[in-house]
Amino acid sequence: MTDRAVGRPAKAARSFWGALPLLTLIIMIGPVLAGLLGTVLPAFGYLPAAGLGAFSIAPFTELFAWKGIWAATRLSVTTGFAATLLSLAIVTLLMAGWSGTRAFRWLETLLSPLLSVPHAATAFGIAFLIAPSGWIARMISPWLTGWERPPDVLITQDPLGIALTLGLVTKEVPFLLLMALAAKGQSASAQRMRVAQSLGYGRVSGWLKSVFPVIYAQIRLPVLVVLAYSMSVVDVAMILGPTTPPPLSVQVVKWMSDPDRSKRLIASAAALWQLALVIAALGVWWLGERIVARIGLDWVERGARNKMWDKTARPLGLTLGTASALSVLLGLLCLTIWSVAGFWGYPDALPQSLTTKNWARRWPDISDSLITTFQIAALSVVVALALVIGCLEAEHRTGRSLSQKGLWLIYAPLLVPQIAFLPGVQTGLIMAGATSGFWPVALMHVVFVLPYVFLSLTDPWRNWDGRIDTIARSLGTSPTRVLLTLRLPMLLRPILTATAVGFAVSVGQYLPTLLAGGGRVATLTTEAVALSSGGDRRAIGAFGVAQTLTLIAPFAIATLLPYWLWRNRKGLHG
Amino acid sequence: MKSLLTALPLLATLGLPMAAIADTDPADWDAVTSAAKGQTVYWHAWGGSTATNDFIAWVGDRVSQDYGVTLEHVKLTDTADAVTRVLTEKQAGQDDDSAVDMIWINGANFASMKEAGLLFGPFAEDLPNWQYVDVDGKTVQTDFTVPVEGYESPWAMAQVVFMYDTADMDATLPTAEAMLEWAQANPGRFTYPQPPDFLGATFLKQVLIELTDDNDVLSKPVDEADFVAVTAPLWNYLDALTPVLWRQGQAYPATGPAQLQLMADNEIDLAISFSPGEASTAIANNQLPDTVRTFVLEAGTLGNASFVAVPYNSGSKEGAMVVANFLMSPEAQLRAQDPSILGYGTVLDMAKLSEDERNAFANLDLGIATLSPAELGTVQPEPHGSWMTRITQEWTERYGAGQ
Repeated sequence: MTDRAVGRPAKAARSFWGALPLLTLIIMIGPVLAGLLGTVLPAFGYLPAAGLGAFSIAPFTELFAWKGIWAATRLSVTTGFAATLLSLAIVTLLMAGWSGTRAFRWLETLLSPLLSVPHAATAFGIAFLIAPSGWIARMISPWLTGWERPPDVLITQDPLGIALTLGLVTKEVPFLLLMALAAKGQSASAQRMRVAQSLGYGRVSGWLKSVFPVIYAQIRLPVLVVLAYSMSVVDVAMILGPTTPPPLSVQVVKWMSDPDRSKRLIASAAALWQLALVIAALGVWWLGERIVARIGLDWVERGARNKMWDKTARPLGLTLGTASALSVLLGLLCLTIWSVAGFWGYPDALPQSLTTKNWARRWPDISDSLITTFQIAALSVVVALALVIGCLEAEHRTGRSLSQKGLWLIYAPLLVPQIAFLPGVQTGLIMAGATSGFWPVALMHVVFVLPYVFLSLTDPWRNWDGRIDTIARSLGTSPTRVLLTLRLPMLLRPILTATAVGFAVSVGQYLPTLLAGGGRVATLTTEAVALSSGGDRRAIGAFGVAQTLTLIAPFAIATLLPYWLWRNRKGLHG
Repeated sequence: MKSLLTALPLLATLGLPMAAIADTDPADWDAVTSAAKGQTVYWHAWGGSTATNDFIAWVGDRVSQDYGVTLEHVKLTDTADAVTRVLTEKQAGQDDDSAVDMIWINGANFASMKEAGLLFGPFAEDLPNWQYVDVDGKTVQTDFTVPVEGYESPWAMAQVVFMYDTADMDATLPTAEAMLEWAQANPGRFTYPQPPDFLGATFLKQVLIELTDDNDVLSKPVDEADFVAVTAPLWNYLDALTPVLWRQGQAYPATGPAQLQLMADNEIDLAISFSPGEASTAIANNQLPDTVRTFVLEAGTLGNASFVAVPYNSGSKEGAMVVANFLMSPEAQLRAQDPSILGYGTVLDMAKLSEDERNAFANLDLGIATLSPAELGTVQPEPHGSWMTRITQEWTERYGAGQ
């Protein structure tokens, strides 16, 4: 059946496709706006619940009078930029120096486990790995170092936030690499490299000059998301970041949870300050992009082949990439050992005894929350996928793409720090009469899952070869049939990747689950974070391993299924 | 009835005790237990300790058996989250079926909820097991000097002890001054959780009590005292202590259990605890080396009680009262005091128990690192809650916000 055969329903269908992006925007931006209002009002002194109803700028005065404000601000900015630049550099060096090699394929297979380890668990693993009493020190003590007792050196929680930055980098590298790989399939990188190398360019410089601009254009938003996230992260910062003072985001959470309710005013002011910093940082990044583009263009035009670069850049990229991957995996191994450890004191390299007691006593909790976690993730990912594919298809059919502004709105939940709008969302939910529980949580998850799904899917979708559509349509195939039998199957890899990323995002949500669920919805993450406040490595180990296992399956399917399905479709391997 | 219900928010804003009007009378225990049957109680309690979580799960099994009450433990990272939740609900006009049915609470959170009219009560002294509670010997009727008046029900006693590793330290330390001298002789081997963490703040209060001559002034609100003069010895002490702390005071463990972990990692030798049985329990759970022991200061140490409170808008108040009552039962108290389970001090008066129950308590093996009730010595009362707030604020100014 073709469109021509259906007269009036086609019109109805068009208005359906036209309305879909708007609906999506409302779902995405509604909670953020409502939530921000709940932050802006208290930031200017209006909080009736605490008996404070007079508008003033006193909360800001108080905020900037706080002794730690500039140190906290500096930390937020430096860790944000450092983590983003480093992650992007590592991903670029890896892609430039090693694409298509066996080492690269090997790193690619590591991606699923790397992405599956939750942020907080990664941070804990790394903290234990590098602490003066940590695993590395235990391996070489006291026989090599002479440390009968761990040395009193500040490694984690350092005032400059170096440990925090490195912890963030280890998790952002796999994320950006995944995004870059998804983009690579549509970038004709192999052809570009063939041309560049036949012109005598070195591997790295050829890639930087011919492929990087195409790939960066596609992963630009993920990079900005990484920047915003790194600046305002809470859980990782609580584990690896300094505390005297902490980064701004952690301080906001501390003020928010102060028993003295008037502290909410300064907390809200600080949350807005955090938002302003993120916006300013995005602006600076945008400016930086322009400058790099200008310099880069000159550099490309000068035409230097830079073959010697490969000698240093390739080993550097591989070393950094491997170190980053190893620290996550070794950290996870530490957690796994802790989850079955008897007493394990310094300087023993391994526990004195192993026990299944930890797992036995936690299993009921883990299995219960596992089911809830899975249900929420599945539901939110399905809704998000349907909306995103609907939007993209609507764009294709109506010929109107989401404007640049519309796009930014979709990403608002990722770019606006969670702590700036989630408390307001909670108030809104309760006022709207939504009893806390499963459904509000799933709905909140859609808000955070959808942008990532959009992020993972948009560019591959748009870069799908339109000529295929033209040919199919000219043969009389209906748009819906093109979608179902050509486009979706051909885009299976990005769709599965988007699903896996969506799963990871949903499983990792802490604040939205806690606030929308009223504490009644226990997921692996809420349980794990509650336990991690106690710092019990055995409990964190058990939950971290359980979280990782939950996520390995979707990522493994996303990586392996396309290989298997397309084992006889060479052109689809990108 | 309808008009009563619609009047509730109004009464609440007037700060009147109103919750009891529409609910089952706590004194009518049969009515309470029959209304409780089939209710689900969401107990918001700190979830950072596996031992506590297991104990709460056991309580859930028992109240389900005996009373048909389902207990769900909502594991918090911070008690203030539950307080905030109730507050947010009140703000939004949700005056029944709160997400919170019961909170593990004391101190500032209790004071703040009671003052804002967010609590159901009075109920605690009407519960059947209240008859066993040691009203005279233990601080169960005031909470950080705020009168409890039946708005929360006690379930555990806590007292400050110091844990030390006998593998690294020879002798116990009798005073705060002795601790400072030891720290100066052993730099980097002592720390405390970073205030405003509850335990860290407790350390500050403990030192203040040690150093001040006039403890009466601490029992009154801080506004009525000369804060600068009273706390000057504390800041002098900390100025001397901080450079010899673990990491020179540039970093602190976030919580008590994180500090425990540092001890297990042999990063520190001395640590504060608010539970006399914690060290023994931790040894039993492989979380501390078996060389750890505890001591108290010569002049005594701070003590207080842990309570449970019920929000004014809980939909399962009867179920919550059943749980609160069960927590005060000799059976639950005995289990809580067992160091291999929890190691919390009991709130009960041994003289009020039957002989069998008394023997059961007496025969309890308190564990290798736990002091006997006699060895625990004098319990010092908590200062007025406002002191803790001011001291932690001042601490954050001085040590927590950069140099």
